[in-house]
Amino acid sequence: MIGLEHYLGVAATLFVIGIFGLFLNRKNIIILLMSIELILLSVNINLVAFSSFLGDLVGQVFTLFVLTVAAAEAAIGLAILVSFFRNRGSIAVEDVNVMKG
Amino acid sequence: MIQADLNIILPEILLSVYAMVALVAAVYTGKDKIAPMLTWLTAAAFVLIGVWIGMSGEGTNSAFDGMFTDDAFSRFAKVAILLSAAAVLVMGQEYMQRRGMLRFEYPILVTLAVVGMMMMVSAGDLMALYMGLELQSLALYVVASMRRDSVKSTEAGMKYFVLGALSSGLLLYGASLVYGFAGTTKFAGIIEAAGHGQTPLGLLFGLTFVTAGLAFKVSAVPFHMWTPDVYEGAPTPITAFFATAPKIAAMGLFARVLHDAFGGVVGDWQQILALLSVLSMFLGAVAAIGQTNIKRLMAYSSIAHMGYALMGLAAGTAFGVEAMLVYMAIYVTMNIGTFAFILSMEKDGQPVVDIASLNMFSRRDPVKALAVLLLMFSLAGVPPLVGFFGKFYVLRAAYDAGLAWLAVMGVIASVIGAYYYLRIVYYMYFGEENDDLDKNRAPVLHVFLVVAAAMMLLGIVNLFGVEGAAQAASMALVK
Repeated sequence: MIGLEHYLGVAATLFVIGIFGLFLNRKNIIILLMSIELILLSVNINLVAFSSFLGDLVGQVFTLFVLTVAAAEAAIGLAILVSFFRNRGSIAVEDVNVMKG
Repeated sequence: MIQADLNIILPEILLSVYAMVALVAAVYTGKDKIAPMLTWLTAAAFVLIGVWIGMSGEGTNSAFDGMFTDDAFSRFAKVAILLSAAAVLVMGQEYMQRRGMLRFEYPILVTLAVVGMMMMVSAGDLMALYMGLELQSLALYVVASMRRDSVKSTEAGMKYFVLGALSSGLLLYGASLVYGFAGTTKFAGIIEAAGHGQTPLGLLFGLTFVTAGLAFKVSAVPFHMWTPDVYEGAPTPITAFFATAPKIAAMGLFARVLHDAFGGVVGDWQQILALLSVLSMFLGAVAAIGQTNIKRLMAYSSIAHMGYALMGLAAGTAFGVEAMLVYMAIYVTMNIGTFAFILSMEKDGQPVVDIASLNMFSRRDPVKALAVLLLMFSLAGVPPLVGFFGKFYVLRAAYDAGLAWLAVMGVIASVIGAYYYLRIVYYMYFGEENDDLDKNRAPVLHVFLVVAAAMMLLGIVNLFGVEGAAQAASMALVK
């Protein structure tokens, strides 16, 4: 029997993979965007699982909002990435270093 | 029913419709040629709506089944957001136009960001919170990378986007846990689930994630990494915008979530906020010392100031919220004045951000130098200037709430922080002779600088009545 905790476990695992993808990745900015997407999708699994467990539709409505915003966010991220590539000629993470943080 | 709800969110609706109409109108007419006119129009619209909200609103109204709250607190924050955004638009217009950066999208994106901020401070539900936050953030990512031909600006946008998206992810994960364990996304429902003795552990996990996500948005340490780079890389007028309105909105949202949704578990978030506050104050004070770029210096200064504002929130009392609001109002005024000065710094028509270029500035332009001196003393919190009262308020709030150690830390950090503000004053009055900065002729910047500096002096009489409004606002928020 697959219960709520299994879904939450999967979501938590995906979330952690996403966070690690952001911080450990040394190669490519596209991978950062994929990690961000992974984080948002893990949240969606969480919301749908809770929604079905609670018998409350609000969670699924929330999921639709998150999906929409995630699409807009990816579009803006890629647009910024394209203009960055035009200036710098590279999308390697280690080349995002004109300013030292 | 729906009519009453729509009436409550009328200011937001008007601004969004304005943004869309302006976008279509600009595309079909002059495009970038009408950008200066559009900037002034947008600023005028902000001021009008700000005055309208400040004058007309009464009591506490909630719309859409509690998703949107209009009370004294949200009105205070909205007026501050609208007025500061209008000021920044007007200040940056000439600077951007002269450098060919003034595209017609700029005022429109700022309008959308402002609508998002207004949603944030009025949110009564996790969904409304998230949508407001994202509307603000998405517009700000684009604005940060406004100069498409500059490596620095696009890199700033890139960094801001990645870290901002991460913070939204953290906040959202927290929101999903809160929803699961409270069974509702409404703040009114969450406070009931969290209020009675036994708070589910999952709810506290959610609270922690939400707090981490919001700490990113207010750039509190240890979630501050993006701030110096974004401040340095973005064009200066946009940096000025980042330093003002979004900070008020994020602090307002922070206060609203903590008190409206988690007001029953003050003890659980108080320690997190106290820690964020101490770390921000010290890192902001220490890291700014070595900076030579005045925009980076202002970034660390804003991190330190957010630490003080968080100290007010950490108190967890109505007076703490009042202190935070007063502090934010003062902080924004000081920053508008300082950025008006930074915008006017240029040599041979090129913007300069090196602090050393201020050497002996007092001899060339004594009036401006005196105004900057007042602003710097006020930022450092030297009595009797207004900045001192802001600090005094938050320190008192922390002390009254039994966080005496936090107040002591705040005093120590403000002494360390005074060093780098005074260094700027030192350069201006006692530095070495060097090449002159241009005499800037932009009268608008001069007016903003002098008025902000004058407010630092004149405000000591009664803080221009901000106290009373902030008190009413905090009473509406903390029951």
